[in-house]
Formats: sequence, C-alpha cells, structure tokens
Amino acid sequence: MPTPILMPALSPTMEEGTLAKWHVKKGDSVSAGDVIAEIETDKATMEVEAVDEGTIGKILVDEGTEGVAVNKPIAVLLEEGEGEDALEGYDALKDTPVAPPKDTEAEAEKPAGEKSEPTPVKSETKKPAADTGGKAPPAPETAKGERVFASPLARRIADQQGIDLTAVSGSGPHGRIVKADLEGAAKSAPKKAAGASGSTQGPMPSIDPRAFYEKGTYEEVPLDGMRKTIARRLTQSMQEIPHFYLTIDCELDELLAARKKLNEEAGEGIKLSVNDFLIRAAALALIKVPDANVSFAGNALLKHKSADIGIAVALDGGLITPIIRGAEKKGLAEISEEAKSLAARARDKKLKPAEYEGGSFSISNLGMFGIKHFTGVINPPQAAILAVGKGEERPVVKSGKLEIANVMTVTMSCDHRAIDGALGARFLEAFKSYVEYPARMLL
Amino acid sequence: MAEQYDLVVIGSGPGGYVAAIRASQLGLKTAIVERDALGGICLNWGCIPTKALLRSAEVYETLHKLDEFGLKADNIGYDAEAVVKRSRNVAGQLSNGVTFLMKKNKIDVIEGSGKLAGDGKVAVEAKDGKTSEITTKNIILATGARARTIEGLEPDGKAIWTYREAMVPQAIPKSLIVVGSGAIGIEFASFYRAFGAEVTVVEVLNRILPVEDEEISKEAAKAFKKRGIRLLTGAKIGKTEVTASGAKMRVTVNGKDETLDAEKIISAVGIVGNVENIGLEKAGVKIEKTHVVVNEWLETGVKGIYAIGDLAGPPWLAHKASHEGILAAERIAGVKNVHPINTRLIPGCTYSTPQIASVGLTEAKAKEAGYEVKVGRFPFRANGKAIALGETEGFVKTVFDGKTGELLGAHMIGAEVTELIQGYGVAMTLETTEAELMQAVFPHPTLSEMMGEAVLDAYGRVLHT
Repeated sequence: MPTPILMPALSPTMEEGTLAKWHVKKGDSVSAGDVIAEIETDKATMEVEAVDEGTIGKILVDEGTEGVAVNKPIAVLLEEGEGEDALEGYDALKDTPVAPPKDTEAEAEKPAGEKSEPTPVKSETKKPAADTGGKAPPAPETAKGERVFASPLARRIADQQGIDLTAVSGSGPHGRIVKADLEGAAKSAPKKAAGASGSTQGPMPSIDPRAFYEKGTYEEVPLDGMRKTIARRLTQSMQEIPHFYLTIDCELDELLAARKKLNEEAGEGIKLSVNDFLIRAAALALIKVPDANVSFAGNALLKHKSADIGIAVALDGGLITPIIRGAEKKGLAEISEEAKSLAARARDKKLKPAEYEGGSFSISNLGMFGIKHFTGVINPPQAAILAVGKGEERPVVKSGKLEIANVMTVTMSCDHRAIDGALGARFLEAFKSYVEYPARMLL
Repeated sequence: MAEQYDLVVIGSGPGGYVAAIRASQLGLKTAIVERDALGGICLNWGCIPTKALLRSAEVYETLHKLDEFGLKADNIGYDAEAVVKRSRNVAGQLSNGVTFLMKKNKIDVIEGSGKLAGDGKVAVEAKDGKTSEITTKNIILATGARARTIEGLEPDGKAIWTYREAMVPQAIPKSLIVVGSGAIGIEFASFYRAFGAEVTVVEVLNRILPVEDEEISKEAAKAFKKRGIRLLTGAKIGKTEVTASGAKMRVTVNGKDETLDAEKIISAVGIVGNVENIGLEKAGVKIEKTHVVVNEWLETGVKGIYAIGDLAGPPWLAHKASHEGILAAERIAGVKNVHPINTRLIPGCTYSTPQIASVGLTEAKAKEAGYEVKVGRFPFRANGKAIALGETEGFVKTVFDGKTGELLGAHMIGAEVTELIQGYGVAMTLETTEAELMQAVFPHPTLSEMMGEAVLDAYGRVLHT
C-alpha cells in the first residue's frame, strides 16, 4: 500500500513552505532517519527525515516549489516489495487529512487517513504540531503547539464569533473549554487576527499603491515568506497592541570600562559586546521587576518565570529575533557566545522554530548605524521591546557642572494591556541601574 | 458518646445513599440515618416497583396480540396478587443491595428518624422512641418528598389512593379515576388499563404530560385513547365523595359538568418535600413552599448543612437526587473542579405504553428562549427494527439551535425510548453539534437509527422518509 509523505509543519505557526531541495529521487530506497528533503519556511531551512522505510515511488512536488501547504502530499513511499504498479489508480490526495467542515451542510465529514495512515514526516523539532497523521478535526493549538481542548460546540461558536480559543481558559473536565466559558470571552478575549490563518500573502494595504505609479517605473518584487510574515505579524501587533513608549538615557562610561577590562583579561575567542551587557541587564531587570515579564492572554496575564530575551538580527531582506532563554542565569561570556551563534545561524537561515518563537522581551539595537533614538514594534506574544540607540559622548550636567559622558538613549515600547506606565518606568529604572553600575550585575 | 463523623446523611433514597457512598470513597467518615427501608421511596415505593408492575402489564398486553407474531395461547389471564408480589420482591432485592453497598463502603447505618439538633449534632429517634445523638462536621438532608394532597381529594387509603396504595392493589379495580397526568399518573393509568380497568385521567392543564413537548403530548394522547383510556384535559375538579361502591367526582370540562363514578381514585397531583420535624426552622434553614432553599452547590446557607433531591426542589427525579448527592459529597470533601448541575441536561422518562423520554428544551421553550430553532423528526413506522418488533407507534424529535448547531433538546415517544434518551444526553453533555451527531454511526438494525435520522431531518437530509 503506497503511503503519502506529507509536507511537515516545522512550527505551530507554519502554514506553507518552500520545498527547497530533494535529497532523494524516484526509485531511491530510504530508511527511517534518512534526510529526504529540505524545507524552507519564512524563517528557517530545515531538513526532513523519513520515518518509515521504503522506496520513493513518486515525487509529487518539484524542487523549488513555493507555497506548499502543510499536510499536502509531497511524495509517495512504496513499501518493501511493492512495485511501481501499486501506484496505478492511487490518489495521494485521498489519503490526506481534510480540513474541518466549515459549512454544516458540507459532505466532507469523512475522517481521512483511515485506510492508510499517512506517513508523518519527522522534523528536527519534535513538536506535537509536526505530527500530521491526526484524524480528528484540527483543534486549535497554543503557541507552544499544545492542543487546546474544547467542545465541538465551543469550537464552532469561537469560529463564528472569531474568538481565539488559546486565550480562553476552560472550566470543563480537565480544563476543556465549554460553551459557558465563551460567554464571557466573547467580549474580553482577543479576536483571531484576520490574516493569521490561511493567508498566503501579507495583509493587503487598503489602498493599492500600484494605482499611483506608472507601470514600468518600478520593479515589482514578490514577497518572500519572511517578508509576508513580517508584514502580517507587525501589522497585527500595531493593530492589536496598544503601544506606548518610555525613553531614558543611560550613561555608559562604567560599562565601557568594565567591558574593556574584561575583554583584555578574557581568553581567546571571547569578545563581549555592549549588547551582551544590555541583554544581561534587561534579563536581571525583568527578574527584579517580574510584573514586566509578562504576556497578555486575553483573560489572563502570563507571568513568565524566566527572562527569555529576543535579540533582533538583521538579515538580507528581513529580520528575525532569536531568543536567549533564561538569560538571567547566564554569564556575560555565555550570553555573548550564544548571541553570536544564534545570529550566525539566523543569517544562514538555520534556526529552529524553537529558537525564535515565544520569548518575553526583545532588544533591538541600531546604535551601530548611528541611530540616536527610535521606537520598536512589539513582537507578540511578548509585551515589550527595547530600542537601543547609539552610545556617544554627550554633554551632561553633574552637580551643576558641565561634563562629558558616554550616553545611550533607550526607548521601551510597552503593551499597555499588560504593562502600565509606572511599571514600565520601574523596569527602565532597574535596567538603567544595571547599565550604569555594571558591578550590580554580579550581585 | 460515639465518635465524630465527617458526614451524616439523613435519608437513604437515591440521593442520600449515593451521597454516602461518594463521601466514603473520598475518605469521609460517614453515617446514614433511615427511618424506614434503605433505598427510600425510589427503591421501595417508586421507580423500581412500578417498573416491575409495568413490565407485567407490558407482557400481558403482548400476550393479547400473540397472533401478530404467529403464536397461540389459550386461557390468558393474570393473578393480581402475584403481579404485586413480584414487584415487592424486586424492591426487596434492591433494598438488600443498598444494605450491602453501605457495608462495603463502611458507612454506618443508623435506624430511626434523623433531626438537626444544632451545632453539628443530629438527633436520631429510634422506632422504640429512644433518642440518641451523633456529632458530625457536615450534614446532608435527603428526606425526600411525599404525595401532594389537594383539598377535597384527601386520600383515605381505601377509595382514594396515593401511589403507595396504587402500587399494592389486592385486585384490579373495575374502574379508576387518575387525577394528574404527570409521569406517575400516566404510568398508573397505563398499568391499570392494561389489566382491563376503565380508566379516566383528569388533568387541570390543557394537555396530558404537560412538561413534555406539545407534539409528544399529542401523540401520547392519541396512543392512550386508542387503548381506551379516557382523557379529560382542561378539567375543573369539583366535589369528591366516597360512596359504598367507590367514589364519585364532579368535574367541569369545556363548561360541561359531569360526575365521574369509579371504584378507586388515584391522586397523582405532584409531591411536597418532607420538610417537617427535621429541625429546619430551629437550625435556620430556609424553606420555600415545601422545599428547602439551596444554592447551586446544594448549600442551605447554614454552615455544614446541605440539602439534595426532592427535598431541594424540582425536577423530582431519582437521578437528579443522585447527582446532587455526589456534588454535595465532593464539595464537602473539597474536591476541586466540580461543577453545578445543569438541570437542562437531566433526562425525564415515563414508562407507560408507549414510553416517553426527553432531555433539554421543548420546541416551544427553545423558541421562547429566542433560539432560531431547527426541528427534526423520525417516525417508528419508518424504522426497520421497530417494524420487526411490531412497535410502529411513536417518533423521535430533535430541536437544534440553527445558528450554532447546539442540540437543545430531544423528545421521544414509543417502545424502549427510555433506554435511548441517554445517547442524546451524552451528546448534549459533551456539547456536540449536529456535525458530530451526523458523523456518529448508529448500528443497523436498531431503534437508535431513528436518533441519527432525526438529526439528519433537522438539516433536511433525512434518508428513510
């Protein structure tokens, strides 16, 4: 019995990807664990392994095909001893899971995959979302890829009213979401972003700019996956999250002195950057002011227990924010090393989804470009981002005297649903004290 | 004095004894106080013995249509005394079962009448008049209910019966008036009619089985009339007098006066809670009409005192009492994530011939609540198994919320529907929509196929009509 190999979901948010490269061709025999293909998503390139042994009977999606939907069959695997004739009359599409019926009159109730279990493709990240062989209509998932348990009626009502079930807490047996839980949620829970599911393009601007320019006076560059994601997520962020901004100046002289000394004394290969200090300072400030280390979840605030700091890394044609997890427990050298490794792999598009999803806070530093002050757009599900400007010599007044100091301006964007002004200010106060007196980071 | 209990349950009906078992499972030291037989009215004088009687009636009715099945028998008859004896044996067997369950769960059974005696104390007066006192942290009141009496129709146990006398007749009366057409009245009407009594049902409201869906009431009326039961609805009940041969009752129907004459009258006009002589007033437990006022957690408002079952108000059903008993016990034991009982999900059953079963909202109630209602129906006469059984009377009806696909209610009349209704009950409890119900496979040939078809019919997709 031929079994289809399906386009894997490499992360819970992945909807489609590019089939970058086939490592096998028709007739090749594979065994479990063999790398058979490379999939490129908006943010990463990942290797796909076979989970079953057999012979590649047919390649259904050519190398370089873009926009391959998750769960679409990409190849057919033949069992041992099965010849190509087994493929005759075989329709791989028939064995793939069907989408849940939207229309109640729809006939598509037939659960798929009953006759032959589609071969789930194992991806490097062992997330439940990557298991594509499910028979049940897809249940919504949390950001971590955990299934959300909700009654069929609750799922339908949530769908009709656009309620995001991941933000609703269930009162049924074992926390199952039931109809009653949605009655309050209809008002308070965040609505699903219009573009968050099933979109294959960035959100369309309400006015098409093509109307203003003569054709031929511009080059039209189609959006790649990363650009689409950036467009979608940041539009969503600005539309959903009430941003406000807090700006503070930090003197850097002591930090620069400490950095110089440490770099002189440190061994080969270690070179601490100012940003490494800022990551640690932000992590410690989040632990000191834990109320600022939060995510807004509609009917609850998620108070994070560790400081997972995203660092914005500019890439060709986009950016990504890999995350240093538990940064408060890591020393400067460790942070430095991890940041370098993440940035390098981000540029090579080799990050795993687990390395850039989630997090509780981000730092974006444009100091190296001479930017003095800017504001960042919050990267959901986080609730704040710190925009760091250039450290430069500025005149400062100390005890009535004009002096010169190295000063850096930072601006924090806060999600006002989760962080109020005074709370954000307390965080920045703590951050500033670590930056200006870096010895405190040792405490 | 004896040790302190965590929980004392007063009354051992299906609410009380189940509460005691659940409490014991949760590690509470539990005692149960019962003044009569374990199992209460349900086991001894209600649900169970009447089902035994109705089974005899059903078999007897079938014997009268043996030719339909190609069978022959002569001298078909009955022995009223033996029918009643069987019913009593069934009740006795189950009561013994409760005794065993109490023992197995290490629940102390204390015989006598229990009464709140203040400050975590329960006074028990034994049959011989001796009083003892037990101390406990919590008390569940589960003293149940008894037949309601209306003025001018006071049961005397001879010509005017309650369910109690009606359950143990010495002979089948030639003629019978049943006052009240709820489940109890209709079951007795069905039982006595099967054994040949001339039965008249008198109902004050304008239809029989007034809590059921209107279409069900109509179909039931048709079925009972066919069996020769006279139904007087919208009746005004006048004077009743006991005569030498039985009783006479004056009724007014549609402005016409009539005097009904019968050997017996059964009064089945509802029940009242047993709120007397259990120390409620002194303890400060609130009583409204004839039941104890409780919140959704069965708390009376007096610390440590709970009330469940018929005593705590309608619906008056054994399975509602049991569920309340479980909930109260779990609250007392501090079990987390317990939920109040959603009364809409409690099915109701009437074991007449034909049977009637329902759960959730009637079509009228659903419309009243503002739902855009979708209704499905499927008749017994279009179901293969029903035809094979020779049971082609009745139908299954579903009521959906057209907007969300929520199953709001289901109503059935016909053979064995009391065994079918739980399917819809489970579906409603799990909050399935029409989509999952259509996906569910019903085995062929069964009566349950009608349940699937009634769902399809609500969405214009019925297959077999």
